[in-house]
Amino acid sequence: MSSQAIRKLLVSFYIVLFFLYLFTPLIMMGMAAFNDVEFPQVVPWAGFTLRWFPALFADALMMEGIVNSIWIGIGVMALSVPIGLAAAIVMTQVHQRLQTLYYTIVVSPVLMPGVILGISTLVFWDRLGTFMDADYESFYYSGMFLTIIGQSTFISAYTMLIFLARLQRFDRTQEEAALDLGASHVQVFWKVLIPFLRPAIFSAMGLAFLTSFENYNTTVFTIQAESTLTTVLAGKVRMGTQPDLAALAVLIIGVTLVSAVAIEIAQRREQRRELAAKAEAARAERTMQAAAQPAQ
Amino acid sequence: MTGFFQRNGIAISTYLILAVVFWVVLMIVLPQAYMLDFSFRNNLPPAKIGGPEDVYTLSNYRYLVFGSPGSADAFNYLHLQVFLRTIIASIFVTLIDFALCYPIAYYIAQVAKGGFARSMILLLILPFWVNEILRAFSFRILFGTSGVINAVLQSLGIVDQPIDFLRADVALYAGLSYAYILLMVFPLYNAIESLDHNQIEAARDLGSPWWRIHWRVVMPHAKPGIASGCTLVFMLSAGALAAPQILGGPSSLWFTQIIYRWFNTGGNWPQGAAYAIVLLLACLVFVLAVMRLFKISLGEIAR
Amino acid sequence: MSADVELDHVTIRFGEFTAVKDANLKIEDGEFFSFLGPSGCGKTTILRAVSGFLEPSDGEVRIGGKNMRGIGPNKRPTALIFQNLALFPLMSVADNIAFGLEVRGVGKAERRKRADELLDLIALDGQGDKKVGELSGGQKQRVAIARALAVEPKVLLLDEPLSALDLKLRQHMRTELRAIQQRVGITFIYITHDQGEALTMSDRIAVMSQGVVQQIGTGSEVYENSQTAFVASFVGENNPFTGKVAAVDGQHALIDTSFGRLRGRNLRGLSAGSEAMLFVRPESLGLVNGQGAADNVIESTVLHSEFEGSFFSVFLRGDGGKDIVMSMTNSGNLPEFHEGAAARVGFRADRAVVLPVGEVADE
Repeated sequence: MSSQAIRKLLVSFYIVLFFLYLFTPLIMMGMAAFNDVEFPQVVPWAGFTLRWFPALFADALMMEGIVNSIWIGIGVMALSVPIGLAAAIVMTQVHQRLQTLYYTIVVSPVLMPGVILGISTLVFWDRLGTFMDADYESFYYSGMFLTIIGQSTFISAYTMLIFLARLQRFDRTQEEAALDLGASHVQVFWKVLIPFLRPAIFSAMGLAFLTSFENYNTTVFTIQAESTLTTVLAGKVRMGTQPDLAALAVLIIGVTLVSAVAIEIAQRREQRRELAAKAEAARAERTMQAAAQPAQ
Repeated sequence: MTGFFQRNGIAISTYLILAVVFWVVLMIVLPQAYMLDFSFRNNLPPAKIGGPEDVYTLSNYRYLVFGSPGSADAFNYLHLQVFLRTIIASIFVTLIDFALCYPIAYYIAQVAKGGFARSMILLLILPFWVNEILRAFSFRILFGTSGVINAVLQSLGIVDQPIDFLRADVALYAGLSYAYILLMVFPLYNAIESLDHNQIEAARDLGSPWWRIHWRVVMPHAKPGIASGCTLVFMLSAGALAAPQILGGPSSLWFTQIIYRWFNTGGNWPQGAAYAIVLLLACLVFVLAVMRLFKISLGEIAR
Repeated sequence: MSADVELDHVTIRFGEFTAVKDANLKIEDGEFFSFLGPSGCGKTTILRAVSGFLEPSDGEVRIGGKNMRGIGPNKRPTALIFQNLALFPLMSVADNIAFGLEVRGVGKAERRKRADELLDLIALDGQGDKKVGELSGGQKQRVAIARALAVEPKVLLLDEPLSALDLKLRQHMRTELRAIQQRVGITFIYITHDQGEALTMSDRIAVMSQGVVQQIGTGSEVYENSQTAFVASFVGENNPFTGKVAAVDGQHALIDTSFGRLRGRNLRGLSAGSEAMLFVRPESLGLVNGQGAADNVIESTVLHSEFEGSFFSVFLRGDGGKDIVMSMTNSGNLPEFHEGAAARVGFRADRAVVLPVGEVADE
């Protein structure tokens, strides 16, 4: 066998090992969800059961956490998408000399540990509440509010990066054309810029929600007396626990798989549509040229 | 500034400015600044804040280094040790991830063909939609004393007694490396993908052995990606909380866990803020060191 | 309201750089007016000042006698056709055309009716529901025109709209643009670096260089009676001869060049002793046989010749050490030009202009 063939074999072997490393833990957890024992484990196999799935929904604490997580996710979407959009637009317009400073400030939350963001949000709003002499029931001390703010601090940077990438492909003369045709600035924004950014808006919303939904490091400081799915989970896992957690993971993986495939299909369909449009334009080009010929 | 209003109109300009100012001032700058301020203050009940006892002090930082004034030891060995261990272990995790991911990133970016490469990327992303805590949990199933690995080892007769991977921190390092693989693979992949394959071919034609091609051609080109991946993985490892809580042995602590205790059971927020500042500084030093080492800008890291 | 466009001593500066210097002209209502010049000469800057995307640093832009300062592009009676067209790719053809009506709050049915009328005008009837991406280059071009016309502007501004098209289509669109202008009867202001476009379509042309309007006139005025060295060299082909005015003789000036004394029309009233350039067009040159009656005679050698169908270009090296181009109409019995052969060429003084020395366009 040549040395090149050996190297190829080694590479394939490595790739298989790598993906095993990626998937074994999840597969094991998936199996634990169906194992009929009280503790999440795969061996010994005690028989197939589905009982951990209903057990999951019977867990009131976890359900409360999920509901809170959903509300927080919606709040983070509502906050970080408009902020990220504004920050990206400002980025394209900010003076060259200020650009680096501005960029450094707004991406810094991405490069900061999540616990730091949680802590700084917590102490800042707490102090603000004290300063305003606010009621203890007011939003300054609300775990949900602080969590939305704390998470949005860095999620807004993610959404901004998504918008920036899309804006780089935006042809600014379209805005000028719309203005020139009599549109107000607000109309230009809604009728030209927003439709162009629509795919990015959806990506940003999806990313914001999912990132929020699975955030732990920031949330664990800001949420205080309340709970989210991740804080409930962390508590349960640390206690040593039942396989209903594995059941939850199976559900999450299932949803993920389905949506990943759906996104892939949608993207391929979009590509096909673009190709069809291009072919149509080429056809029109030929007809047009044929028509122009006698005019010469 | 008038140009800005002229260009965007009053309503849109107002939205842009309000949103950005709210974010930059109220969510990024002031909270960080206040946390810094807070870390130099005494731990006081709300009623006394702003009172005569609310003065600046170095005691929170002094505590991290020297321990409480009454203690017998000259230094706060426990906390300093945890801090150093966190930093060193995070560097270790970063290096493992780089070693694991570089071949894969290179393979997908330069060797694999269209559809196959796309599927591999999809496969890479998939595990990371699973919650961080559940991922750590899956490592517990794998590494626990009654976990899969121990069961296999025992059935093969390699060990008599189950190995306590959790106590030995093996599970923690494996779990941390696993958790941030994606953040290493993607920057590497993006950087390597932009390298013109002809450059590799040319080097090969000139008789370079494969390791030299990587050392002299691919890695220099992928520098921004390497820096970006390393920074992200280090920062997330050092700042990780869930994985150490779930996978850490009972006797070993992660620095974030100490911070967490100051805020929760410890009830000493200024002390926790001081520790958080120290962690932030450590990350800052790491980022600056990487920027210096790789001679690149912050913009290239955070992309 | 009439729609004459006046530039009253307009100067536009960007920091240290002056893009437009003291432009002062009046474009009549219903005129097809072109700004012609190489890229970077300031013509697009003028267009942006008329459409309202930037304000002059000094001077006034007036439309229909009204000062436009402080009036935004969305409030001016102008519509601009962008160089890249800037159609909205996510809207249908009809929605593109009706965009200006939509933002003015015109109802849906009315919008559609107007769009259909305009689609008729640009010969794209029945294609309103297509996506912009499905159109050919020439069709997009026409949609951009229809979109601009839909808002019934008093002035239509066109920024090199044909530059993206291939040669055939470009020539076709010239005819079409001119026809559309005559049909709708509004003022067209056209920006181009292509003299062919400017000469064929325009009522009048302003030739610009380095921010300065060099000359304003009809196509033939600009071509025949170029007022500056730049205009003479930029519009059409020209052979320049540099020298010094030796004498002035009525309408003519005689200048001493390396080819001896040449005579041409003294359009700018130069006096004896001033530095000058004489320009003569390739088609004004001809062979001089024996003791020909030409006012000016140049001895030269044939370098090479090019056959171009309807005419024939001959490249000559003059005795003065300078290359000269001569072009001859293909009338069927052309003489043969052998490389290295001697050729005696000449031109009539009335066909040459003597102008002050100035910037020359490099082709």
